[in-house]
Amino acid sequence: MLKKLTSTSAVAALSLSVLAAGVQAGETVDAVMDKGYIQCGVNTSLAGFSNATGGEWAGLDVDLCRAVAAAMLGDSEAVRFTALTANQRFTALQSGEVDILSRNTTWTLTRDTALGLNFAGVNYYDGQGFMVRKDLGVSSAKELSGAAICVEPGTTTELNLADYFRAQGMEFEPVVIENTSEVTAAFFAGRCDVYTTDASGLASARNVSAENPADYMILPEIISKEPLGPAVRHGDDEFMDIVRWTLNAMIEAEEYGITSENVDDMRDNSSNPGVQRLLGTTPGLGEALGIDEDWAYNIISQVGNYGESYETNVTELLGLERGINALWTDGGLMYAQPVR
Amino acid sequence: MTENTNRARPISGPVLNRSLRWMRDNLFSSPINTVITLLCVYIIWNVLDVIVSWAVLNASFGAAKEACEAATGACWAYVHDMWRFLLFGTFPADQHWRPLLAMVMLTSGMLLSMNRRFWSPWLAVAWIVGFIAVYFVLRGGVLGLSPVRTAQWGGLTLTLVLAVVGIAFAAPLALLLALGRRSEMPLIKVVCIVVIEVFRGVPLISVLFMASVMFPLFLPEGVSIDVLLRAQIGIIIFQAAYLAEVFRGGMQAIPKGQYEAADSLGLNYWQKTFKIILPQALRLVIPPTMSTFISLFKDTSLVVIIGLFDLLAATRAAVNDPMWRQQFIEAYVFIALIYFCFCFFMSRYSAYLDNDLKKSTSH
Repeated sequence: MLKKLTSTSAVAALSLSVLAAGVQAGETVDAVMDKGYIQCGVNTSLAGFSNATGGEWAGLDVDLCRAVAAAMLGDSEAVRFTALTANQRFTALQSGEVDILSRNTTWTLTRDTALGLNFAGVNYYDGQGFMVRKDLGVSSAKELSGAAICVEPGTTTELNLADYFRAQGMEFEPVVIENTSEVTAAFFAGRCDVYTTDASGLASARNVSAENPADYMILPEIISKEPLGPAVRHGDDEFMDIVRWTLNAMIEAEEYGITSENVDDMRDNSSNPGVQRLLGTTPGLGEALGIDEDWAYNIISQVGNYGESYETNVTELLGLERGINALWTDGGLMYAQPVR
Repeated sequence: MTENTNRARPISGPVLNRSLRWMRDNLFSSPINTVITLLCVYIIWNVLDVIVSWAVLNASFGAAKEACEAATGACWAYVHDMWRFLLFGTFPADQHWRPLLAMVMLTSGMLLSMNRRFWSPWLAVAWIVGFIAVYFVLRGGVLGLSPVRTAQWGGLTLTLVLAVVGIAFAAPLALLLALGRRSEMPLIKVVCIVVIEVFRGVPLISVLFMASVMFPLFLPEGVSIDVLLRAQIGIIIFQAAYLAEVFRGGMQAIPKGQYEAADSLGLNYWQKTFKIILPQALRLVIPPTMSTFISLFKDTSLVVIIGLFDLLAATRAAVNDPMWRQQFIEAYVFIALIYFCFCFFMSRYSAYLDNDLKKSTSH
């Protein structure tokens, strides 16, 4: 591990000095261009984000990898997906088994530094919340003292729960169940008073699994911040730039109203200079990134803008509205740095 | 005594009498027995009632999900919708005949090998050729088959590949380890003991975890070994360590006289081992060997922790599908039946082989 980290930081220093000398692609970019595909690490199964039960990988996190492939190689199919568990994911990225980790990974300081990752942005804002039956007569998480709480073991959900209750000086009785389907079934069967997971998970469980969704409510307290985004290895800033601006281009395209359907029309007819720059009618951005000038056009025509990807994967499948993941112009947090 | 007279009688009339008598003798022989019998009948009746009405009477067998809304029992449309994913994982849909062919080859290979008529050195050659064929059928890249990466293999196909390859390679390796452990050459003996004890001393999960998480960190950057291959090798060595101890147990049970007799006939080490000791030793340990194979078959499901889509992992992915969130019981029942079929078959075969060998040697 130590050896790996020192060698990656050596590569980082090296590529910094190379960058100072002039634009030159980093080793991940070179490797991707050589082999002609991107290796992408995704969740083994998380409905709406990455799921292969239809035979093809689909989801919001999957679309991001396809978009990067479209930008770099002009083909959104030039991706090889690797299903990763929570434990494997960082090693897989560090060891080069995958180039991008797009696996609902929370952006935190330690992961960004000590683990040798670089987060390229946030493609989904989430946070942990609580859901209760309305007839419980509870209106705030502060009234949950002594409740039986259904929780999935694993990442940070269980820890956040314990932290929150300790901070509030309350007791709770955890009902720990391994799998999303089983834990939601247990909650709706009344085996516990409260179900806690990320707010997106709560809402989709209510929409998909509850017999009468109106009987349940999500409490206003969100007890953690979970900005989820794609990560790459330390040491190849060009590659991180490409991933970051791919995500920004998807969000910016939604701001401009460019969709996979009207992208050809917009490229030929739009007089908006921002659109012309984004779609490569006015060249320059592709060259700055070291990729084809059609990069954003390829992303939008083959994968779609952020709103389209959200709509097909998250809204239609899980019944989730945009919420805080709406564009900043609609009161959400999705705010792309200017693509210019 | 009564049994003999019963057997001589014609079956037609007294069958009822006979079964009544059997029931009286075995089920209702005393008041306590009667109470226990009635209690058991009551419990069995209730359990069966729940199972049958859930799985059959109140179940919906249609192919459409809508039909399930009305049904209070199982929704088998789920299995109808998902069986391809459960059997083949993420293998490209238009190529599904390839994993199917691979599974047919693996199972028919197992069935043929179970017949003692085919037991010869040629069988080992046939298996090696068979494994190469299965590998290329799945992987493609030859004869115009489109290449499919191992990461896309999944479902029952992957479970069978892991289990059959695991058994086929673990058994000979175990034999070598067992012989090595009983060897008089100190270096070989020490190496074998270390391998056996280290791998028996840790759980399979940690072996898989080392293979998938730690191992890549020791490789030079850019070099990666296929995760399926790493997991497969981990499974083989782990099970070989267990099996080696089973085989060693068999060899130790052979009376010393057999060794001395072989020595006095002037047989060398290999002749003694392969002609005298192993045929007797392996016959003694058929039941524990088959137990190890059965547990290997089920242990392949542990690859779920390293992100491979075997039968159980595919099921877990399938039950997370929001379309079918309520149907996870059907999914687990379905794969439980698949696991049971394979394991029960192996255990019956072990009993048959045991009997058959006893018959053929005790004439």
